[in-house]
Amino acid sequence: MTVGLVIVSHSAALASGVVELAGQMAPDIIIEAAGGDEDGGLGTSFEKVEKALSAADTGSGVVVLYDLGSALLTAETAVELVDPAAAERIRIVDAPLVEAAIEAAVAAQNGSDLAAVAAVAAGVGTHWRQEGQPSDGSASDQDAAGEPEQDTLAAVAVVLNPQGLHARPAGQLVRDLAAWPDTEVLIGKDPSDMVESDSVLMLVGLGLVKGDQVRVTAQGPHSREAVDHVVGAFADGFGELD
Amino acid sequence: MGDGQACTAADVASAIRAVAEVVTEHKVELSHLDREIGDGDHGENLAKGFTAVVAKLDDAVPDTPSAVLKLVASTLISKVGGASGPLFGTAFLRAASAVADRPELDPQAVATALSAALGGVTDRGKAEVGEATMVDALYPAVAAATAAAGSGTVAEVLQAAATAAAGGAASTIPLQARKGRASYLGERSIGHVDPGATSVTYLLQSLADSAASR
Repeated sequence: MTVGLVIVSHSAALASGVVELAGQMAPDIIIEAAGGDEDGGLGTSFEKVEKALSAADTGSGVVVLYDLGSALLTAETAVELVDPAAAERIRIVDAPLVEAAIEAAVAAQNGSDLAAVAAVAAGVGTHWRQEGQPSDGSASDQDAAGEPEQDTLAAVAVVLNPQGLHARPAGQLVRDLAAWPDTEVLIGKDPSDMVESDSVLMLVGLGLVKGDQVRVTAQGPHSREAVDHVVGAFADGFGELD
Repeated sequence: MGDGQACTAADVASAIRAVAEVVTEHKVELSHLDREIGDGDHGENLAKGFTAVVAKLDDAVPDTPSAVLKLVASTLISKVGGASGPLFGTAFLRAASAVADRPELDPQAVATALSAALGGVTDRGKAEVGEATMVDALYPAVAAATAAAGSGTVAEVLQAAATAAAGGAASTIPLQARKGRASYLGERSIGHVDPGATSVTYLLQSLADSAASR
């Protein structure tokens, strides 16, 4: 079974909106909303969190994401009161809610275990901070852009989707490439600005629009399959072309 | 109330009923304090929670002091919104766990329960003394209760805690809030008594009054 997610928010609308958004990327995992107080007003409800925790746990664990302030206290209190065996399978992660929900949902969809899904969610804030800095030569960009090594394959694709590489196709790409965890695939417009293809947010952050040429590199035992797949997926418009 | 010093489940239940009355009596004042630096719902929320506790005690009083405290905890957690529900709820929950095996609470057990309650609040809220929170009332209260438990009665232990809590609550006036919604105000939170520290003081004073009057 897969890891489940619980979204705790002061607003019922915000929680269900995050669930809707993340669910689009990860149709097969359980994502539960626990938003608003008992009467549906602004606030958090212990009982809603408790129910969501139990609904989201299929035995593989639950990652809990929250918006702010007392949502964390309510979530922690709920975890303190669940059965201790279930509590061991719950991770509350402090991360930007929307971004972490999307990344965690995709990771869970790909079959990552609890620790890995929690780590992906926790890493989202780090992504954002790095992206806020100029990308003219920071360490991570250097790593990503480094000279192609011998078993690296490269190819070029063109974005055909009218809406560019938006969240849904980016999510599809991340899910598909999870089939080859031993192979690192980088995607970008510019060799100096390539991102790893295991993050929906990083891919969307490339801002690829229709007509853009996209550089794809892959390194690892399945680099051929991965590159072919990515090029094929772009050529197919990720199933969004008429 | 029993003849001895120790508190039975019935003693604890009637003390909690008295707390509910006190909180309801002061709910406007508590919400007023909260309106100045928070979202203005502290008194109403706490009163709503304790009213729900009384309704449950009307149904049945649990067998042990610990079970009464646990009922208070679970009810406050589910009925009191915002941060207060988890904070007060966790306080009562940890107090319940700390005296889980006791049929009655002696002065030492009361101090132990208060100390566990403080641990719950600091675990949950991550607040330390001096950040203008309920910890500023509860921390000195636990120290005073622990000191009094060696020789005092339950009533004396609770009165020592309540007196120290009142001093601690007053100490929050010149402090800048560092936790919770009041912290959003920055320096503008200075000059206000913390509502949570105030309600802790009312709660402890009510418990002390109940113990003294039995």
